Amino acid sequence: MSNNLVVPTAAEFIAQGKQPEVLFWVGCSGSFDDRAKKITKAFVKLLNKAGVEFAVLGAEESCSGDPAKRAGNEFLFQMQAMMNIEVLNGYGIKKIVTACPHCFNTLKNEYPELGGNYEVVHHTSFLKDLIADGKLTIEGGKFKGKKITYHDPCYLGRANDIYEAPRELIEKLDAALIEMKRSRRNGLCCGAGGAQMFKEPEEGDKDINVERTEEAVDTGADIVAAGCPFCNTMITDGVKAVEKEGQVEVMDVAELIASAADL
Amino acid sequence: MEYIPNIIFTVLLIAGVGFFASNIKKMIRNIKLGREVDRSDRKGERFAQMARIALGQSKMVRRPVAGFLHIVVYVGFVIINIEVLEIIIDGITGQHRIFAPFLGGVYDFLIATFEILAFLVLASVIIFWIRRNVMNIKRFIMGELKGWPKNDANYILYFEVVLMSLFLTMNAADFTIQQGVLSGQFTSEAALHYINAGSFPISGFIAPLFDGLSFETLHIIERACWWLHIVGILIFLNYLYWSKHLHIMLAFPNVYFAKLTPKGQLTNMEAVTKEVKMMMDPDADPFAAPDASEADEVPAALGANDIFDLDQVQLLNAYTCTECGRCTSECPANITGKKLSPRKIMMETRDRLEDVGAVINKEGEWKDDGKTLLNDYITPEELWACTTCNACVEACPIGIDPLSIIMEMRRYLVLENSAAPAELNGTMGNIENNGAPWPYNQMDRLNWSKE
Ligand code: HEM
Ligand code: SF4
Ligand code: SF4
Repeated sequence: MSNNLVVPTAAEFIAQGKQPEVLFWVGCSGSFDDRAKKITKAFVKLLNKAGVEFAVLGAEESCSGDPAKRAGNEFLFQMQAMMNIEVLNGYGIKKIVTACPHCFNTLKNEYPELGGNYEVVHHTSFLKDLIADGKLTIEGGKFKGKKITYHDPCYLGRANDIYEAPRELIEKLDAALIEMKRSRRNGLCCGAGGAQMFKEPEEGDKDINVERTEEAVDTGADIVAAGCPFCNTMITDGVKAVEKEGQVEVMDVAELIASAADL
Repeated sequence: MEYIPNIIFTVLLIAGVGFFASNIKKMIRNIKLGREVDRSDRKGERFAQMARIALGQSKMVRRPVAGFLHIVVYVGFVIINIEVLEIIIDGITGQHRIFAPFLGGVYDFLIATFEILAFLVLASVIIFWIRRNVMNIKRFIMGELKGWPKNDANYILYFEVVLMSLFLTMNAADFTIQQGVLSGQFTSEAALHYINAGSFPISGFIAPLFDGLSFETLHIIERACWWLHIVGILIFLNYLYWSKHLHIMLAFPNVYFAKLTPKGQLTNMEAVTKEVKMMMDPDADPFAAPDASEADEVPAALGANDIFDLDQVQLLNAYTCTECGRCTSECPANITGKKLSPRKIMMETRDRLEDVGAVINKEGEWKDDGKTLLNDYITPEELWACTTCNACVEACPIGIDPLSIIMEMRRYLVLENSAAPAELNGTMGNIENNGAPWPYNQMDRLNWSKE
């Protein structure tokens, strides 16, 4: 698919003597993981459509350090953080948007003490604001009659108390938003956090993503919406494990909105 | 001779309170074995949090049944303690119902309130017992509650039943004596000591059992209950230190000192910041001698191997934990059968702290006993099962943060022992070499935009 995405880098902005409104922090998953790249593109389409002057760091971006920190490797985390902060501060970045709740949490909460002070927003809050400001309009027709359940990513929900922005977006789609039994602050983890994504689970009698996917599927939803690339991967795997492929789709909130806007 | 009861009472009271105070001093000493942590900020918010969560029980009622029952016990306990104040003054002075003449009708109202509360507490405690022992509620029957923790939970409930029953029986006997005096049946000087005071909506129902008993018998019953009740309270007070029931005091400071920053925010280790800054500073001289003041200090371990490496709030958390298991019942790792249980993390931390304290009690100072919190109490397998999801922190009704302890111990495993699981070593190697947890080239980070 050739596309007409406009993705300027911060270096290009500076070269033109301009400053981006906001920096889009893509994250490792959003840059390299095949499934997550689709989320990245969906979000960029929305940014392009709304005419947001954003920039990415491109090859100057590096892992935020979240998995290293949560694996206990504080040393590696701080190395990553300080390198990133040097780059971000070098470009005079003030505001950052990201589609990854892990990057979001780390940049927002853990970078300030190390010298990185930015206004950091999650893409669901950012999209909500674009719609509220009239820069983006969506018609929900496409999802009319569909049942969508929303999975709260731990690092957006409990970690940072953001529960409503993604739900408000989904409600704009004219679809029925149905809640799982464990939702909002009681939401069950998908199993990826704390660097679990990168290792085999410890011994137990079930995988966490299967437990969560069963709960999502039990709601009778056609679509499981998530706001995190890791949750997306885990629940997509979960849907395969419970053999519901083709019946239940796992989508990022940004993809839902982009798809509703026919992008 | 007539002062003997007052003297016995006073001696018991001083001994009971004194012994309790000495145990609390030991507890504080143990907590101070931890690292200092500054929680002197944001006092207003801390008080508000304490008022809401501890005093106001706001997180307790998220489980409506347990929460409601607990509020009854909690409110009952606090208010009934006003009566204990009178009992103590009566005991020291040899008076009977010393507040009655001052309070008049209000006194009747107070006694009636205490009685109704005592009855509600009794009922709630019995339901608590049934929930624990009959209903097979998972969080009450899991492995880590076998043995002492289970017995402890039940002992507390029995204590409450006995205390409340004694209180009501005592009032019933008192009430019967008062009736006897009013009707002219009891005329001895000792009987006249029982002034006509109080109102007995609950013990009024017990009183008929005492019909026809002589004053002497009633007097013995009333006194026996009075003594057993107050001695029971003193025993209970001293039992607290060994029990999860320590929470009735510690819940308040524990909530006060709980973390106020977003739950997702982990601490940045200062010692590491210093080193990383040095490494990244092109002007720094890596071979420079550290300045003298720093050279004397034994460098603290990175992360936590034992309770000495945890901070004082984490150790306070361990003493405060009620072992309710709300955390564990929300933990994704535990739900899916992994060994990790955040409640067990707190219980093991307390056990280790107590074991260290016992050595200090015996030897006068800490002597290495060849054990550590890591490995001997908490295994790496438990630690590596955590997804850092914060469900345990969110679930805890009294502001305990099991995740922070798990993280400190992971840090020790990785930074001091290089003992991360092999796959994670690979991940970290990738991050270090190419800035992503997977082996992709950093230069390719923008390829998606052209695909
Ligand atoms: C000051 C008087 C208090 C008394 C007499 C009291 C009494 C009790 C009793 C009897 C239990 C055992 C219930 C059972 O067997 O399940 C209990 C449990 C518990 N208490 Fe308290 N408590 C007091 C204060 C507090 C405070 C201030 C808090 C803070 C919110 C608190 C939090 C808890 C929790 C979390 C449990 C675990 C049981 C559950 O989940 O329901 N308590 N308390
Ligand atoms: S943070 Fe760790 S211990 Fe706490 S509930 Fe989540 S997985 Fe369990
Ligand atoms: S940590 Fe909190 S929720 Fe967990 S058992 Fe202890 S008191 Fe209960």
